[in-house]
Amino acid sequence: MPDAIAKVTLKVTVNGKLHALDVEPRMLLVEMLREQLDLTGTHVGCDTTYCGACTVLMNGAAVKSCTMFAVQAEGAEITTVEGLEKDGQMHPIQKAFGDAYGLQCGYCTPGLMLSTLQLLSTDKQPDEKAMRKAIAGNTCRCTGYQNILKAMQFAAQNMKGA
Amino acid sequence: MLFQLGDDAKLLAGGQSLIPLMKLRFANPTHLVDLNFISGTSFIREDKGTLRFGSLTRHAEIENSAIVAKVPILHDCAAGIADVQVRNRGTIGGSLAEADPSGDWAVVLSTLATEVRCLGKHGERAVDLQDFIKDAYTTDLAHNELVSEIVIKMPAKGSGGAYLAFKRAAPVYPTASAAVQLTLDGNVCVEAAIALGCVGLTAIKAGDAEAALRGQSISEKTLSAAAEAARAAADPQSDMRGSADYKRTLVGALVRRAIDIAVRRARGGRVEVSHIYA
Repeated sequence: MPDAIAKVTLKVTVNGKLHALDVEPRMLLVEMLREQLDLTGTHVGCDTTYCGACTVLMNGAAVKSCTMFAVQAEGAEITTVEGLEKDGQMHPIQKAFGDAYGLQCGYCTPGLMLSTLQLLSTDKQPDEKAMRKAIAGNTCRCTGYQNILKAMQFAAQNMKGA
Repeated sequence: MLFQLGDDAKLLAGGQSLIPLMKLRFANPTHLVDLNFISGTSFIREDKGTLRFGSLTRHAEIENSAIVAKVPILHDCAAGIADVQVRNRGTIGGSLAEADPSGDWAVVLSTLATEVRCLGKHGERAVDLQDFIKDAYTTDLAHNELVSEIVIKMPAKGSGGAYLAFKRAAPVYPTASAAVQLTLDGNVCVEAAIALGCVGLTAIKAGDAEAALRGQSISEKTLSAAAEAARAAADPQSDMRGSADYKRTLVGALVRRAIDIAVRRARGGRVEVSHIYA
């Protein structure tokens, strides 16, 4: 085993709240979120940069949090699935995934919702091609994706004028 | 910093290849130097007939750049790499420095006049891309150098290009890919550059396929001759993505399609390319 690694202080805003955390430089962003902040909505699926279950937004851009070190988020704003609801109200994207039956086991859903959020923040009325492209990095083994696309459409409608 | 840390240090750009390699313990650097916080390393500039990319320019920035839209083959490449999440992090300089045999950028940039600027202790030197990539995962970079900039000569007027990759799913490397950049004078192809990806240890410049087009009128016959020469130039290995024979056939078909799209673009047509999923 290597010697204990000196921790460094990381300042990062997660879901609107600024944190100062002591982390090992080798710690992955997803481990920091799940283990230091107990934000276990961000999932680890493949841990090989394939499945997208660990997708979070960093400064508005979707990233795979298993493929970044926590220290690389220094000064950044991270949004996880826990950051979607406001004042006990589900986010329009969350509501849409429920209404359209866009999930079954739910493991991939947090990642898919954040990929949807990045898409809808730049393209308010995406066509099917844009939606498929936006979630090409998110693997779902239950739904066959049809209801996910429907949920994304519902979400775009829900967010109209937002 | 690299001068102090020695050759066990590695540079971290977008990390979309290096971090997975570290998890698998294929890469085990003692020190990792993160380049992401250095300002001024991400830019796209048009400058006296060239396009200049800062080494840490993300694939997504290239995909969405209005300047890059003028050179469609570059957009094809950037927009087709992996998925949104990887494109948001991965960088053009990192991709070239990694020199993965399945990487996209080296294939596309082999069809354009591309210079890689390498920055070291004694200043900057410009290396032609063909000399920069030596072998699989091996470049001309010294351990204490880094890629600072990628400089591409803007293609001539009447030139068109296309890049096609065949992938089993978005996040994976292609099974095979083909890049074609050609210049037309009427219906005659006056210049052609063709490169093949994932069918050798590095991107393969298909010289015979280029020769099959150069000076010829564009026709079914010349397209077939170029595709056939590309198949012959490929040197694929059988692996989980397909047998060597399959990849050889595939790369020929991709070259044929890419020529067709490049020709239409050279004639001023707007053709949208999307990478092909099996």
